[in-house]
Amino acid sequence: MKQFLSFMRKEFRQIFRDRRTLVILLAMPLVLVLLLGYAIKTELNGAQVAVFDPSKDDETRRIIERFQASEYFTVVDELTEPKQINEVFRTGEVSLVLVFSEHFAEDLLRGGTSVQLIADGTDPNQAALLTAYAQGVLASYQAEWLEEGKASGHIRTETRMLYNPQSESAYNFVPGVMGLILMLICAMMTSVSIVREKETGTMEILLVSPLTPLRIILSKIAPYFTLSVANVVTILLLAVFVMGVPIRGSLWWLSVLSVLFILVALSLGLLISTLVSSQMAALLVSGIGLMMPTLIFSDLIFPIENIPVVLRWISDLIPARWYISAMRKIMIQGVGFTCFAKELAIIAGMAAVLMTAAWKNFKVRLS
Amino acid sequence: MGNAIEVAHLSKAYRRQVQALDDLSFSVETGELYGLIGPDGAGKTTLFRILTTLMLADKGEARVAGFDVVQDYRRIRNLIGYMPGKFSLYPDLTVEENLDFFASVFHTTVKANYHLIADIYQQIEPFKHRLAGKLSGGMKQKLALSCALIHKPEVLFLDEPTTGVDPVSRKEFWDMLLRLKQEGITILVSTPYMDEATRCDRIALIQGGKFLGVDTPQRLVEHYPEKLWAVRSEHMHRLLADLRAYPYIQTSFSFGETYHVTMHTQGSPDDLQAYLSQRGHRAARIEAILPSVEDCFMWLSRQLSHE
Repeated sequence: MKQFLSFMRKEFRQIFRDRRTLVILLAMPLVLVLLLGYAIKTELNGAQVAVFDPSKDDETRRIIERFQASEYFTVVDELTEPKQINEVFRTGEVSLVLVFSEHFAEDLLRGGTSVQLIADGTDPNQAALLTAYAQGVLASYQAEWLEEGKASGHIRTETRMLYNPQSESAYNFVPGVMGLILMLICAMMTSVSIVREKETGTMEILLVSPLTPLRIILSKIAPYFTLSVANVVTILLLAVFVMGVPIRGSLWWLSVLSVLFILVALSLGLLISTLVSSQMAALLVSGIGLMMPTLIFSDLIFPIENIPVVLRWISDLIPARWYISAMRKIMIQGVGFTCFAKELAIIAGMAAVLMTAAWKNFKVRLS
Repeated sequence: MGNAIEVAHLSKAYRRQVQALDDLSFSVETGELYGLIGPDGAGKTTLFRILTTLMLADKGEARVAGFDVVQDYRRIRNLIGYMPGKFSLYPDLTVEENLDFFASVFHTTVKANYHLIADIYQQIEPFKHRLAGKLSGGMKQKLALSCALIHKPEVLFLDEPTTGVDPVSRKEFWDMLLRLKQEGITILVSTPYMDEATRCDRIALIQGGKFLGVDTPQRLVEHYPEKLWAVRSEHMHRLLADLRAYPYIQTSFSFGETYHVTMHTQGSPDDLQAYLSQRGHRAARIEAILPSVEDCFMWLSRQLSHE
């Protein structure tokens, strides 16, 4: 045990001493998430809004004035019929439609009424932003209204994304980035750190010592496992608190899934390190051999449904594809265990197979 | 007292048909300081790797500390200390961290075996917070030796420990090896420097994966079969060609500022002197000298190539 701890301490020392790499390891997830998150979001300024107001009372008029007065919105159209909603979206005139319920003011006085916010879901980030701002306007209106003490009425807002009701791809990049980052850090860093021992000749000394292969492997992957877990936590915190990405499903299963995926990536790194003998080769193999397929086949850039069948078979072999798919189901769709059990089982299976392969393939002598 | 190392008919070839070891057999007694002397590519490192269980031989057997290097490799790895030819410590760890790490890998502590490394380690201890990568060549080797010794190995394998080390450090290093020998540690050490050979109990001259000869340094030199002459002149450059043209010359090798030559029975120093002055070497000097280990090596190596 002391041997193992000492080995781990040594690994951590080496990681922390290599400042530049450490900064990259810890900052890369932040930068990627923020870049991908905010590059898509644009500044909201004078977004065109249409209103459908069957009630036409004082309250609705005041709310519309509020929207008009806000620098974020410009009310450009008053609709007279619900079927016009689709039309204005199709012509691209507006990006948000405000739909008041009938008898809005009366219901409000009686205790509750509702406003529907309909946004164009084809640009999910923009849509999310718009509805959030609109909700803000409504909330501030309601707060003032309550202060005036007229009644204890409540305005419910109901948000609808037109064309893309599940708002797919809005937050899809978060699971995608997680898959990519974990693949990169675990596989690349592990393989490089082991191959570096081969290159500097220290592996010779480690082999000519009472250390067993399992000990060496465990001591090598433990620090990167810790780093990866830290990265998962950072990305999730960032996603939830900065980007506003929801975690709708079970946090427990999300953690289980991530840990299993980390193990898959670590095993791949180990496997690579047993096959190559220079850090350069390790970088190339994990870069081209793992990163590219992960990018291409994991539904991150190209939708899986759109790629040829043969390539889809290949994509089935990419661990990140299953991880990202399951993460989307848990985080964004919030579905139950049965829906992602298949992905979970596949990743667990891959972890077991790769771990065993890496362990068995570890050479107790120089090749 | 058995043999710490026993090697029988060891052969190893690499892919490109390079015969690194060619039917090698020898044994090292327990507590012996055994030197492997030979040029680069003679097969020294291959031999070390096989004996330290890092590599498998094609043919033959080897036992270290009584254990078979193939079957009992795990036992052997607990008993030996190995210092590879290339500096193989962590350059990004400090001197102290390196030593602590290797101590714990062998389930021991620096404290427990400090007496063993005290002589060596004290010299680098003032720099114990320095990164190992920033040490000078001699200090690196002292640290590497400390790390290889920290678990009190029974057999110590040192692959060219003094290559790239300055002459003063080289001398110190060999002084340390003699002290370790007194602790009862068997040492197998390789070196390309022939002058270091005299400090070993026995030396094996190795070339092309074969031993040219094994003996104590003294007996090796005594058994030099020919009379050896050192020749020098004011025209050193031309001298070699002229010497080779002399009909009774047997061998001639460049040794720093002189040529070491042996002659056939028909030749004599007087005759050679006359021949050389004929060729324009006015101040040629010919002296009888005692052969060194290097002379023995050259002689044996030539014998081998003539066979």
